[in-house]
Amino acid sequence: MTRRGPWFVLLPLALLALWHVAVTSQWVLPGIIPAPAQVVESWYKWIFGPPGRSLSPYSGTWLANVLYSSRRVLQGFLIAAGVGIPLGLFIGWNRLVANVVDPSIQLLRPVPITAWLPFSIAVFGIYDAGALFLIALGAFYPIVVNTTHGVRDTNLLLLRAARMLGAGPATILGKVVFPSALPSIFTGLRLGVGVAWTAVIVAEMIAVKSGLGYVLWDAYYVGRMDICVATMFSVGLLGFLSDRIILVASRLVLRWRTLEAHA
Amino acid sequence: MPERPPTGRPTVQVVDVWKEFVKRGRRLEALQAIDLAIEPNEFAAILGPSGCGKSTLLNMLAGFDRPTRGQVLVHGEPVEGPDPRRGVVFQEPALFPWFTVLDNITFGPKTRGLRSGAYQPQVDALLEQVGLRGFESHYPAELSGGMKQRVGLARVLIMEPQVLLMDEPFGSLDAQTRSLMQELLLSVWERHHQTVLFITHDIEEALLLADSVSVMTARPGRIKKRLAVELPRPRALEITTSPLFNALKREVLTLIREESLRAAREGGD
Repeated sequence: MTRRGPWFVLLPLALLALWHVAVTSQWVLPGIIPAPAQVVESWYKWIFGPPGRSLSPYSGTWLANVLYSSRRVLQGFLIAAGVGIPLGLFIGWNRLVANVVDPSIQLLRPVPITAWLPFSIAVFGIYDAGALFLIALGAFYPIVVNTTHGVRDTNLLLLRAARMLGAGPATILGKVVFPSALPSIFTGLRLGVGVAWTAVIVAEMIAVKSGLGYVLWDAYYVGRMDICVATMFSVGLLGFLSDRIILVASRLVLRWRTLEAHA
Repeated sequence: MPERPPTGRPTVQVVDVWKEFVKRGRRLEALQAIDLAIEPNEFAAILGPSGCGKSTLLNMLAGFDRPTRGQVLVHGEPVEGPDPRRGVVFQEPALFPWFTVLDNITFGPKTRGLRSGAYQPQVDALLEQVGLRGFESHYPAELSGGMKQRVGLARVLIMEPQVLLMDEPFGSLDAQTRSLMQELLLSVWERHHQTVLFITHDIEEALLLADSVSVMTARPGRIKKRLAVELPRPRALEITTSPLFNALKREVLTLIREESLRAAREGGD
């Protein structure tokens, strides 16, 4: 990678300036879109303000809501990975499993996660389970599909080499197919965690009464666009952070592959 | 040539083997009426132009592929599938990129369920023989092409195979590395004396390494002639300048030229 220097801050700064100018010169309707400075101030109070004793109901509640949403994302994501990776391995590995399971997955996959919302509320009610269902379902598709691809891309020569060295199906699956599919699996996990953040916001807006999604919708209803924008940034940061975590994990696990790229 | 005990049965027997492929509805004859016998401890080379089906022959011996007709026997038993008793060194090293050199070499013994104490002495000896000491914890991506092939050889030798099947193992190496690997293989073979089937399209390589060279025709592949290479052992690279070597080389060149001319006449690909 070439040295980038601090150039990457230029565009965000320009956009911030444009935003600021747009609000102060009233290019947008006054009172609807808050200026950047106002968002920063509200965000600060939301994070560090004294909880409960201030006029603002949001004061000091940021961390609690971040934790609600993060926990849901983590739980839903773990369910998705726990089901998606093994299932993807078997779909990619075994033609019978593929014939039985894959068509249903491909048929259900185009149903947007938002369209599942009424179903999820009807089945799980306004509880955490409904949110987890949506998050897990949304993250499941990219994980299972990418795992399947990874398995099918396993080099035939490596499979032959393993069989020639006496490996049976279990050894081949564990020591050849799974590591070979890992780069693809990590791609699936990264896509999956992105969908998980989308799903958690949707679910919290409607199905549960806590978390960033709930705050977002609530703030919109009471006309606190400053909090809405601060929520958007918060979700963006958390999504970015979780993506980085998976990326770093993948670099650690796939050390053999980074060596390959530099060879 | 080393004295061999008289034996009742060759280690490898290929009896009237035919192989056809179907590609896009067209029948393709890859091998025709192949007969081949490899004696115990013999180093046999198969020499042929690319596309003559020599790798197909090796794949059938390895158990990756089955003949359309005919029989492939090793130690009198028909080959049913891949087996560690028939070790394969591939043209591409085919190492597991996520395992270190050591884990690649011990893949077979671990799969057998052996404990590390049981194979560690052999691992040490092999690392020494193939010159990989100090590279145990390297990943394949960190190795040169020649070193990768040494790992490919070591992981097969550790299984003490009855037959070593080598599919143009040095074909993708540069000339110097190839010579080094040929000498390495000679020294390893002097030690273990496995029965070897070595596929190559390099005349000098075949003559330098093997006790017998079977020259194959262009597709459909048949064995055109089998020559005994009665050069003294142990051999070194210098032998390639001896009069006997050159006489053999001339004979093989003539056979190959006939073949290329025939292929050209018949408008083969």
